[in-house]
Amino acid sequence: MTITITQILFWILSVAALFSALMVITSKNPVHSVLWLIATFFSISGHYILLSAQFLAVVNIIVYAGAIMVLFLFVIMLMNLNRETEPQKNRWIKMAGAIAGGCLLLVLVASLKNVESASTIEDVKGGDVGFIKRLGKELFSTYVVPFEISSILFLSAMVGAVVIGKKE
Amino acid sequence: MPITHYIILSLALFSIGIVGVLTRRNAIIIFMCIELMLNAVNLLLVAFSKMHNYAAIKAAADQKLPITEAILNTGSEGQIFVFFIMVVAAAEVTVGLAIIVMMYRNIHSVDVNFLNRLKH
Repeated sequence: MTITITQILFWILSVAALFSALMVITSKNPVHSVLWLIATFFSISGHYILLSAQFLAVVNIIVYAGAIMVLFLFVIMLMNLNRETEPQKNRWIKMAGAIAGGCLLLVLVASLKNVESASTIEDVKGGDVGFIKRLGKELFSTYVVPFEISSILFLSAMVGAVVIGKKE
Repeated sequence: MPITHYIILSLALFSIGIVGVLTRRNAIIIFMCIELMLNAVNLLLVAFSKMHNYAAIKAAADQKLPITEAILNTGSEGQIFVFFIMVVAAAEVTVGLAIIVMMYRNIHSVDVNFLNRLKH
């Protein structure tokens, strides 16, 4: 069994994603959590590129790591939360949460036991479904109505954010 | 790569998000863990989309069928769906952060343990 460059990259990106996701939930400082979450998003984007879904990789970086996480940082710094504000809490709650999450992971992974793992993702000639040309055609022909409705969603979210954030 | 690798990776990321939601008390970090769970689902959708795409192309090539546009488009629904999940997540973040800012303005804290007025 030979180890290809794709496999090496897959394992590196997986370890990076899991490690930074763990750091998100264990960092005391909220700013560090945001920065680790950005690292997670970058490694997930790396996975998208590995799956040759270039469009979603770029959108993930621009929308998530670029826009949403800057919004998070902005709110944290606006509220001056960048100190370790979380009070000392019961460590039993922490342990119970970890056990509950671990049990969920265990059950979900165990349900995969009888799955036929014959299906693999291998690059074949002409598999360019993740490219902007194909996705754009699909988005603006078959899915043009949901696309337009999502613009209305954005408009209502914008109005909602302004109304909620306004001083009464 | 076998599809099970991607499934297990996504499940692990999703579980880490759930543990974060259950253990942390800071509302902003809970919100970030929800984003993490959304991203785990996105990764799985993209992996399944590519799996179906490659399987369809390979099946057509094996049976010596002409590779049509419809076969090349197989699995694009998954990636369109991920695109819409990102759109909805962006809208959700704007409203959610506005709510957190309002909560901070009213009770001067983002600790969810202080949000117990309905209890008393």
